[in-house]
Amino acid sequence: MNYETVIGLEVHVELKTEAKVFCGCAARFGAEPNTHVCPGCLGMPGVLPVLNKKAVEFCIKAGLALQCRIAPFSMFDRKQYFYPDLPQAYQISQGDLPLCTGGGLKIVTPGGEEKIIRLNRIHLEEEAGRTYHSGAGATGYSLLDFNRSGLPLIEIVTEPDLRSPAEAKIFLEKLQEILRYIEVSDCKMEEGSFRCDANISVRPAGSQEFGRRMEIKNLNSFKAIQSALTYEANRLGSLLAAGTPPEQEESRGWDETRGMTFFMRPKEKATDYRYFPDPDLPPLVIAEEWVEEIRAGLPELPEEKKARYMEEYGLSAQDADLLGSSRETAEFFEATLRLYSGEVKTVANWVMGEFARLLNLEKLTPIQSKLEPEALAAMLQMIDAGEISGKIAKTVFEEMFYSGKPPREIVAEKGLAQISDESQLVVLVREILAQHPGPVADYRAGKTKALGFLVGQVMKETKGQANPGLVNKLLREELEKLP
Amino acid sequence: MKLEKEEVKRLAELARFELSEEEAAEFSHQLSEVLAYTGQVREAPVEGEKPAIHLLSLTNVLRDDEVKPSLPREEALANAPHREEGFFRVPKILEES
Ligand SMILES: [Zn+2]
Repeated sequence: MNYETVIGLEVHVELKTEAKVFCGCAARFGAEPNTHVCPGCLGMPGVLPVLNKKAVEFCIKAGLALQCRIAPFSMFDRKQYFYPDLPQAYQISQGDLPLCTGGGLKIVTPGGEEKIIRLNRIHLEEEAGRTYHSGAGATGYSLLDFNRSGLPLIEIVTEPDLRSPAEAKIFLEKLQEILRYIEVSDCKMEEGSFRCDANISVRPAGSQEFGRRMEIKNLNSFKAIQSALTYEANRLGSLLAAGTPPEQEESRGWDETRGMTFFMRPKEKATDYRYFPDPDLPPLVIAEEWVEEIRAGLPELPEEKKARYMEEYGLSAQDADLLGSSRETAEFFEATLRLYSGEVKTVANWVMGEFARLLNLEKLTPIQSKLEPEALAAMLQMIDAGEISGKIAKTVFEEMFYSGKPPREIVAEKGLAQISDESQLVVLVREILAQHPGPVADYRAGKTKALGFLVGQVMKETKGQANPGLVNKLLREELEKLP
Repeated sequence: MKLEKEEVKRLAELARFELSEEEAAEFSHQLSEVLAYTGQVREAPVEGEKPAIHLLSLTNVLRDDEVKPSLPREEALANAPHREEGFFRVPKILEES
């Protein structure tokens, strides 16, 4: 029998505000433990949370970018559960009145099919602290750092629309791309600012009912997501095939080293959290004008950008995708275009080629690199003006990338200028002809290919600096002149 | 309105309270009385009234995204029964968070 995998995701994303969501502590990653804490985010008695406006705006921004409906009225609730990294023994979250509902994100499946993954909701909540485990066995204990406690977090919940681990991965990459684009989060999986829980079930293909679902917690890398979901889909499939479907919904963990999921606990029912309105936090009334103001601040989104690149610049879908999927790359590309009057494709090739290669090599983003769009545009003009050859340009580019110097300075310093002086080149051309009687004879006998060899010799002699067009012309002229 | 003993036990479990059988029976009785008392509110005539979603009549109490000084770490940890190198130290928690 064929089985179908059904996956829904709950993605937690830390918002990059300056301060935490309900107090004024700095929202920073990587500080000394318990140095960004106050009575508020330590859950001490008698403190009053006050909501950070920017966090609300970031959540709405994410909602708009993901086609959600923005609630005109929204509220915060207390979600009760016991965990030492949750100092109040409840989390301020949103229950039945989240900031954003509905919405969706279009992905292209591995089979090449376009598909909308619907969202259920996006809500705003506070992050818990961090626990570190120490010691082993009975002597073990836990250490708590509350720097993370109270960071603004959005939870993005999808409908069960994903049908394979590969689709889940594509969806998450796309989501990450958009959230980075609108600059609400760094989405760094390795720092925990983008992480997900996955609900997965398996059913006989064609069945309308869902199988019993498992929740896999804390998937912190794309690799973990794909491996854990693949493992779990196979496990559930085998259970169904053996006629022993799982008896209860479970929360399961992922063991990276053993490459398998493991039972953690039976899944808590929603009512167990005993949500109730947080009496300390007045509700939000979100006026249309506020939403429109936030919408007006949205940048052009990746999908729109790619469509425009294809339409306006005539780029292929693949090029548009490469240039448009990171905002920094797109902005570098467009800034260069504004400064350069030549072909769009030329700029695209340098950005996707040499620039991308060096960025990858040095693990940098366009902004972190020393290269400025001005420098690239200037270098391209120099090629067009015949001041440097395309081959030399690669050397110049690399030097610009590492030193940040303008191309003209590099060319002057290193003596890389193209030799376009006819009187200088003609002397060299005559020498080369004298040195290679064989190819000269071949050429004169009608084997025009020999010309390429002779051009190569001149280029070699000038370390690539001779103007190739001119060399070509001079060689032909001199060959004609031979007796 | 009656709160059964089983429900009391479930609530105690969620709140991490340990209750004996006798206590569960006693609280079941007491809580049922409390519920019956507060339950009178259900008989209030609410025809034509809008539901009160929140206790406060305020809305949109917001703070600008500005960093304020945090507590010095010594003060933050001052009341902690156990600490270690700037961390709060607590009994072992089995699950990874
Ligand atoms: Zn704080």
